Amino acid sequence: MSQPSSVASAKPWVSGEAAPFVRIVKVVKKFGDFTAVNDVSLDIYKGELFCLLGGSGCGKSTLLRMLAGFEEPTEGRIEIDGQDMAGIPPYERPTNMMFQSYALFPHMSVEKNVAYGLRRDGMGKAEAMERVGQMLAMVQLGKFAARKPHQLSGGQRQRVALARALVKRPKLLLLDEPLGALDKKLREETQFELIKIQETLGVTFIVVTHDQEEAMTLATRIGVMHAGEIVQVGEPSEIYEHPNSRFVADFIGSVNMFEGRVSEDEPEYIRIDSPEAGGEIHVGHGVTCTLNQKLWYAVRPEKLRLTRDRPQARNAFPVYVEDVAYMGNSSVFRLKLDTGKYMHAAKPNLTRYDEDAITWHENVWVSWDDTAGVVLTL
Amino acid sequence: MTDAAEPSIARGRTAALLRRLGLRGRTLVIAVPFLWLLVFFLIPFLVVAKISLSEAAIARPPYLPIWEWDGLRLLLTLNFENFTYLWSDALYVNAYFFSIRVAFVSALIALLVGYPMAYYIARSPEPRRTLLLTLVILPFWTSFLLRVYAWQGFLRSNGVINNFLIWAGIIDQPLVMLQTNGAVYVGIVYTYLPFMILPLYATLVKLEESLLEASADLGARPLATFFHVTLPLSMPGIIAGFMLVFIPAIGEFVIPELLGGPDTLMIGRVLWNEFFSNRDWPVASAVAIAMLVALVVPIMLLRSAQARAESD
Repeated sequence: MSQPSSVASAKPWVSGEAAPFVRIVKVVKKFGDFTAVNDVSLDIYKGELFCLLGGSGCGKSTLLRMLAGFEEPTEGRIEIDGQDMAGIPPYERPTNMMFQSYALFPHMSVEKNVAYGLRRDGMGKAEAMERVGQMLAMVQLGKFAARKPHQLSGGQRQRVALARALVKRPKLLLLDEPLGALDKKLREETQFELIKIQETLGVTFIVVTHDQEEAMTLATRIGVMHAGEIVQVGEPSEIYEHPNSRFVADFIGSVNMFEGRVSEDEPEYIRIDSPEAGGEIHVGHGVTCTLNQKLWYAVRPEKLRLTRDRPQARNAFPVYVEDVAYMGNSSVFRLKLDTGKYMHAAKPNLTRYDEDAITWHENVWVSWDDTAGVVLTL
Repeated sequence: MTDAAEPSIARGRTAALLRRLGLRGRTLVIAVPFLWLLVFFLIPFLVVAKISLSEAAIARPPYLPIWEWDGLRLLLTLNFENFTYLWSDALYVNAYFFSIRVAFVSALIALLVGYPMAYYIARSPEPRRTLLLTLVILPFWTSFLLRVYAWQGFLRSNGVINNFLIWAGIIDQPLVMLQTNGAVYVGIVYTYLPFMILPLYATLVKLEESLLEASADLGARPLATFFHVTLPLSMPGIIAGFMLVFIPAIGEFVIPELLGGPDTLMIGRVLWNEFFSNRDWPVASAVAIAMLVALVVPIMLLRSAQARAESD
């Protein structure tokens, strides 16, 4: 969504021409015996909207807090714009943070909250107020300047927090679950607004979130974190279509996973014998592997087809429809293979009425293309 | 089911009856403390107010009644001389102002001493917090009188402090500390410090860490964060703590009596002397009433100002 038109220059992580703006080098953070962040290295480029995605306790917030200066790394180095951040307190860093709870000062009006950072830097009142006025206009809160935070709705507070973090024109904006406290509808609207603001101002954003949809929508690149480590970094489509491990495949979206062993290993294709699937799975491209190696095959529910007659596809298995979940835009089928393993298949609801739709307790065929799934070795 | 249903029907009937009498659960709950205050505060206060308007007499009780019934007429004699007398004698006015000064300065010192303590406790990890709070309250487990007497032992010319200073060679003549105004300040601050710390702690512990972090993140150095965020947000605690020290300190009798000198003329002592040495109950009552009015009015003004500020 947030990818500008000129693709080549907009992807410095591909071209490798520009120097990274934020460099996280082998950072470790320990709290007593607990290792919150374990040997994380990450390069983030100017103008990126980078999402750190992971479940709770994966260390993503700790990493963000180290960038802001609230925590010092136990080991490793953090550079922002070429400057080593070691020992530099939060109030001297070129970063601003938007807190998950927003952390608005309850005793100050909206205007004073936003002006706070400018005033602390010694900016005159008139100038500060002008900047605050512009900022509030941008987040469409001009009318609420004199209100106190408790007189605002959740969405309005979120905008105040964003305005307060942006008004100092930081080089790097850190956002901790910026949309977490909003309801679904508002969250979707705000996502696009956030992208628009980020593109207008050209500030580098690092967003921490546990919501994979949010990460997919917002990010230029996503760093998936698990147990204190970065497990994969890539563009949203890369992460979704080419996960590098079972963890990532499972964490992002839903997936059908089959364990098996390589039964044929040719340069053009491989075949996986999977007792779980009850047969062989054909993979239509070469894979670096050895014969009889144990690996996993992952295929997304929306890549599956359901038919009543046996299809032509090489990957086809008879299944029993145990359950159908109607989601509005799509339906999710819970399928039982002959082996007893369950699969999920998603089908978009393209028409309003479908008399002949596959439904509960039918015996049908599930099939997918040779290139629909990924082979995972981890 | 039926076992449980019957008492609830009975309870429903009782509730209906009470409702018909205009009483609800909430009213009843509030009524108890109200009755307590009525019987043990308002009525005694009215008795004192009555005595303050009567004339002193060598009698038992040592004042004349303010109304008489001679069979046809009710004669009401209100004597305002006790109040005008308070104005005419500089002793009382001085004692008032001195009391307010001592109470104000003591509350201020208690605030300056108590704030860092409360802040430190509020920012301590949980198990240590409980321990530190217990230590703050611990002095209450010994008698207040005993603790003030103990201060005599410290401040005397051959007391602990003087002995130590002489032993250390810092002074060769004992310092006069007992029976001075300074000793009174020490006594009041020492005694009332927990009343300052507890409300301060209660507001500071609610202060979210993220607000301090947000302030630092926006470029405020620690001192700026303190003055712009911590201090304004702990104002309710500061006001509550200040009042809890200031108000009882004004009427304090024991501390100035035991630690103060002959010139420590606080209103509590004046009151004591009027009641027990001079046996002039009407004047003593007038002193008490005047003090109450002088205190209650500014406090109520402060309260309403606070309420207005909060509703903003």
